[in-house]
Amino acid sequence: MLACFPFLMAASESPSTPAISPPASAAPPDDAQWTMPAKNYASTRYSELAEINEGNVKNLQVAFTFSTGVNKGQEAAPLVVGSTMYIVTPFPNIVYALDLSKHGAPIKWKYEPNPEPAAQGVACCDVVNRGAAFADGRIFFNTLDGHTIALDANSGQPIWNTHIGNINVGETLTMAPLVVKGKVLVGNSGGEMGVRGWVKALDAGDGHVVWTAYNTGPDKEVLIGPDFKPHYDMDKGKDLGVTTWPPEAWKIGGGNMWGWISYDPDLNLIFHGTGNPGPWNPDLRPGDNKWTSGIFARDPDTGAAKWFYQWTPHDLHDYDGINEQILLDMNWQGKPRKVLVRPERNGYLYVLDRTTGEVLSAKPYGPVNSSKGVDLKTGRLMANPDKKTGTGKVVRDICPTASGLKDWQPSAFSPKTGLLYIPHNNLCMDEEGVEVNYIAGTPYVGMNVRMIPGPGGNRGAFTAWDIAAEKQAWSLKENFPVWSGAVVTAGDIVFYGTMEGWFKAVSAKTGELLWQFRTSSGIIGQPVTYRGPDGHQYVAILSGVGGWAGAIVSGDLDPRDATAALGFVNAMKDLKNVTTAGGTLYVFRLP
Amino acid sequence: MRLGFATLLSVTLALAACQREERDTRPQSSLGSGGQPTPVTALEPGGQRPSPRDNKAASFEANAFHLSEGKRLFGWFNCSGCHANGGGGMGPALMDQKWIYGSSMESIHATIRDGRPNGMPSFRNMIPDDQIWELAAFVRSLSGNAPSSAAPQRNDGMMPHPSENRMPDAATLGKSP
Ligand code: HEC
Repeated sequence: MLACFPFLMAASESPSTPAISPPASAAPPDDAQWTMPAKNYASTRYSELAEINEGNVKNLQVAFTFSTGVNKGQEAAPLVVGSTMYIVTPFPNIVYALDLSKHGAPIKWKYEPNPEPAAQGVACCDVVNRGAAFADGRIFFNTLDGHTIALDANSGQPIWNTHIGNINVGETLTMAPLVVKGKVLVGNSGGEMGVRGWVKALDAGDGHVVWTAYNTGPDKEVLIGPDFKPHYDMDKGKDLGVTTWPPEAWKIGGGNMWGWISYDPDLNLIFHGTGNPGPWNPDLRPGDNKWTSGIFARDPDTGAAKWFYQWTPHDLHDYDGINEQILLDMNWQGKPRKVLVRPERNGYLYVLDRTTGEVLSAKPYGPVNSSKGVDLKTGRLMANPDKKTGTGKVVRDICPTASGLKDWQPSAFSPKTGLLYIPHNNLCMDEEGVEVNYIAGTPYVGMNVRMIPGPGGNRGAFTAWDIAAEKQAWSLKENFPVWSGAVVTAGDIVFYGTMEGWFKAVSAKTGELLWQFRTSSGIIGQPVTYRGPDGHQYVAILSGVGGWAGAIVSGDLDPRDATAALGFVNAMKDLKNVTTAGGTLYVFRLP
Repeated sequence: MRLGFATLLSVTLALAACQREERDTRPQSSLGSGGQPTPVTALEPGGQRPSPRDNKAASFEANAFHLSEGKRLFGWFNCSGCHANGGGGMGPALMDQKWIYGSSMESIHATIRDGRPNGMPSFRNMIPDDQIWELAAFVRSLSGNAPSSAAPQRNDGMMPHPSENRMPDAATLGKSP
């Protein structure tokens, strides 16, 4: 017994023994490419490359740059397959292939889908695109006006083009597809337009729709059948997607899927969130509003739902539930568990058992007053009655905001440190419910919002979260919301960008700033890292401010209106003084 | 004295009554199909000619009732969903001095009626013509282009920006006179 003791001490002190790691089937050994925005099906955004490390990262320099020619919010992750890099721009959604084997990475091909310009008017929060996906020699991507397109990765020739979204009801596509078992998974945007949310699986070969799963409505259309076994009583019952709404309201009730999907090949399950219910004004939709602001586990072959959990029943504050889910295996209170980690918009860092949907942990990772915690027995979020919104009522100082403690901007997980690196916001808001009419193709919101900086005054933060200990390891304050994604490497470096335009490298262990580079515009994109044809490690990021947070710049909005851009402008009045619109790829390497 | 005051009062009241603007409480119910052409550019080969003014423009532009109706309709038809309370969002800001398609009553009327290519819907089949004029008048008030005596005053609820009757003229904002 005694002899064991020093060994135990040593083990608990050593950060290099990975107690938490993604399942190998969802995160295979690194091939040094970057074929999907989340890096792998487990969505770790972790690279095993270590040429760039804590000691030499200070020497990073620009290898090449490339202008996308589009000065709107650049939220996409560049992809790298073999010696080609692929990037997709915001509307008009041009795809470029750059030849990394040649000096200066010249254009190999370019594909212009020419989307319908009117689509720009129904995109809620800038005309962004979150990237493409590569599989089986093809590039798959979505256009704002509702098309999913497959291109030959070598030639840029279109192979198929399927029209799945209708801009005349306010439907757009902004997410990056995920390709699973020969199916291209895509969901729609439009939660601010009363669009009914869905996820579709398109055949990767010819583009035909294999299945469609709605996120509101009768069980049959939600693909809820005999296999559906939700963990909590609140999610059990027949046709809850109809009965938890006023009559017919589910038809215009949102629940869109514009964020991230993960896939566990061992369980044969995909996991995807669902967006906010519409309209934002909750008086128009009493009830739990299933299946909005929650998460589904589905069979990728048929779309059949296996379980569901609702982060935010009867959402009051636009808390979409579509953030990334990181799939990990770990010991939880002594027992090995297959978990799913989700930094959620409502402010809680959830750890779920991904086989059942049971909540193991839900701790706030920043300031939250809109709720008082999650009841782990019932699974239910305990909404704070003081922050309940409604028609004709101004409710002040609600934290987090409609944009959440964290919005779409994806976090990264390192098995070396056991930490999750979370780019996020620190904002609060005032809300006033107002009457609203449903007019197809126009916004269906019914809420005046004005956002303000959160406690401390820093509007953003970059937080490292110790998943096992259920607490923050360290956190960096940022003046503006951190609207970029993150990537972490085996060199123990985390990369992220700021809305001023700084691209930063910090220590994965301590958060110490090791290097930064000022790009030409604010950064809201997703950094990636890869090994180039010359055998060296590169880091790439798209710079170009915009998105909901940066719409004040990319859309040239007027800061004198506190409610502009659904209230975000009020918190971003000074952004126009520090950055201008842009659209440039930056790629870095060691000298 | 007493008599004098009463006289004065009644004269004042009478005068005020004279000045009271006309209220057109029964707007024409026809949809926004008025067909007058409205140029969207200042360039005209051969030299610019003044485009004819629409009769309705002047009668709606400075009228308090129409302006307040315009404000109500701006929320009713979800203009506010895309343009917020003038600062913009999905659509451009309407309270600044920048106009893509022109700032005249006629241009704005045409914008609302026919839509614009980069995402402004056409309300031709939804909004009666007179209400489009009311909306146009209100849109102009957002950038300080309405008489302050007629433009809408304080909101009851949240104030997203100073009330429309106190909005500075965006065209001269920040410039010394
Ligand atoms: C679905 C979103 C949407 C709705 C609803 C909407 N607009 Fe627009 N609006 C836009 C967009 C996008 C543009 C820019 C169009 C372009 O650039 O071609 C625009 C342009 C305009 C312009 C022209 C601005 C300029 O600089 O010339 C005016 C005026 C305007 N809208 C007023 C209205 C009014 C009034 C309503 C309600 C009846 C309304 N809009 C409803 C999206 C919308």
